[in-house]
Amino acid sequence: MAFLDIEHLEKSYGATKVVKDFNLAVDKGEFVSFLGPSGCGKTTTLRMVAGFETPSVGAIRIDGRDMARLRPNQRNIGMVFQAYALFPNLTVAQNVAFGLKVAGESRKVIDERVAEMLETIGLPDLGNRYPFQLSGGQQQRVALARALAVRPQVLLLDEPLSALDAKIRVSLRGEIRAIQKKLGITTIYVTHDQEEALSMSDRIVVMHQGIADQVGTPFEIYNRPRTRFVANFVGTLTLLEAEVLDPASGHVSIGGVEATLGRRLPKGAVTLAVRPEMVSLGPAPGRETEVTGRIVDVDFLGSVIRLRAQIGQSVLAFDTFNSSDAPPPKVGAMVTLSLAARDLLLIGE
Amino acid sequence: MKRLFAWATLIFGMGYFILPLVGLTEFSLSMRRGEYSFDAYAAVLADPRFRETFSYSVVMALLTIVFGVLLVVPTAYWVRLKLPGLRPYVEFVTLLPLVIPAIVIVFGYIRLYNTSSWLPLTGSLTGTNLLLMFGYATLSLPYMYRAVDTGLRTIDVATLTEAAQSLGAGWVTILARVIMPNVLVAVLSGAFVTFAIVIGEFTLAALLNRPAFGPYLQLMGANRAYEPMALAVIAFGITWACMGLIQLVTRFSKHTKAAR
Repeated sequence: MAFLDIEHLEKSYGATKVVKDFNLAVDKGEFVSFLGPSGCGKTTTLRMVAGFETPSVGAIRIDGRDMARLRPNQRNIGMVFQAYALFPNLTVAQNVAFGLKVAGESRKVIDERVAEMLETIGLPDLGNRYPFQLSGGQQQRVALARALAVRPQVLLLDEPLSALDAKIRVSLRGEIRAIQKKLGITTIYVTHDQEEALSMSDRIVVMHQGIADQVGTPFEIYNRPRTRFVANFVGTLTLLEAEVLDPASGHVSIGGVEATLGRRLPKGAVTLAVRPEMVSLGPAPGRETEVTGRIVDVDFLGSVIRLRAQIGQSVLAFDTFNSSDAPPPKVGAMVTLSLAARDLLLIGE
Repeated sequence: MKRLFAWATLIFGMGYFILPLVGLTEFSLSMRRGEYSFDAYAAVLADPRFRETFSYSVVMALLTIVFGVLLVVPTAYWVRLKLPGLRPYVEFVTLLPLVIPAIVIVFGYIRLYNTSSWLPLTGSLTGTNLLLMFGYATLSLPYMYRAVDTGLRTIDVATLTEAAQSLGAGWVTILARVIMPNVLVAVLSGAFVTFAIVIGEFTLAALLNRPAFGPYLQLMGANRAYEPMALAVIAFGITWACMGLIQLVTRFSKHTKAAR
């Protein structure tokens, strides 16, 4: 039995169903991210786990205990909010101590735990500061320490890095993951940032229109997207409409270019997809399928250059590494691209 | 030209407000013929009725503030948190004392709570004092509610509440340790306005026949020349002291420094 069990969870506001038949089993110590665009139901699901929203249907169990009748303050769930939500009238140390004081812990225990948590988040000397005296990143660290101080069963993070600038986000996500691993706390992390989800999570739940479209490890989600939405939302994919010529061998025609995927495919028309990094400019060993196209767009991204080439009716995106000796092809140039047919992904609806 | 006009308006405005006060103060100091003195103030302060009525009004003001805070803070908080749709209606209700004269309110009280009614509050001193305090709380409601509501607007009530809940806090703890300290400046503003209103209020206290400072002011004004002026200056000083205190608490509130 999983540590956190969510079964057939649904939430409706009037006639609008925002979460539909959501099921998830999270193991103890696991880090699971809910990934999806705004309005997909990820925060609502998180808030139902926290107890801030009441499910219309379904059950939430933590360590076998049904949460339905428990108020948010009885669930022992730590929560970190996007807006930090530090108590402005309390110092950093008082903020971290808040939950412990509510729990009636002794002064000695509180002091020790506060010092330990401030050490954990790397701010041992800022205990006497007020939230307004801290940067955004520091405030979010304090919010994390405050949530962890009470030793919650589950930690919920609701887009905790969204309000921070890019550099802080990258460093803080590493810190959050390190602390989570160190404490071994079961964590659910809500984000719309795929990079965050891919880099931090043990598993990702990709949500779309209230439904968990796909649940899997970051590797599975990125390399084997099961739906068109997941394929489009996670990473960059070029979708190619293809006609299956031989279902047994997976022989297909993509706008006149034939390729064999080497695996069984359904009959008729299918949607295939390919990641930009799976396509090479010019011939490449192991990438047997070659196509010719015209460059329509060049994006310089620093270490990587993303190009788009018109091939038949489709526009194929591909990446090359930046090199000061070899400038990228210009818009309008004819190029030969190569890819391995096995890298073509079959996309379901 | 624009600058000149602005200065002229300012001087006219200040003259309009300050000249009567200067005249009032000057007259209150003129009790002794031919020279300025504090005789009127000494006479007022020596009057035992002044001490009685003033201390009665101070106690009533403090009780009104406590009652007002206990009534308004949870109400404004709950409306903002759970019933935002009701906000316009609650605001309307809290503004009613501005358009319903105190005399109407007190006659309503007397009619409802007289000795032959189902709740004869006017039948005892404690009951009448209680009624007077409710009346004061009603009169100060527009100011207290507005002050607290403005204070609540400056904090993210919903998220702070949820953060406190996730840390195990119940409603009382949230109100006492999270919401109240963060709207303290606003509460104090409302409290000082309430204090100023109660100290000078006449109608409710006179018609409920309670020994408050307002009726004493009126009594002095009807029978003496210089003492009422001294009392008016004192009452005015109290009001201004309250306003000054509002400024002070705002300035010295530690955790709101960042907001300014």
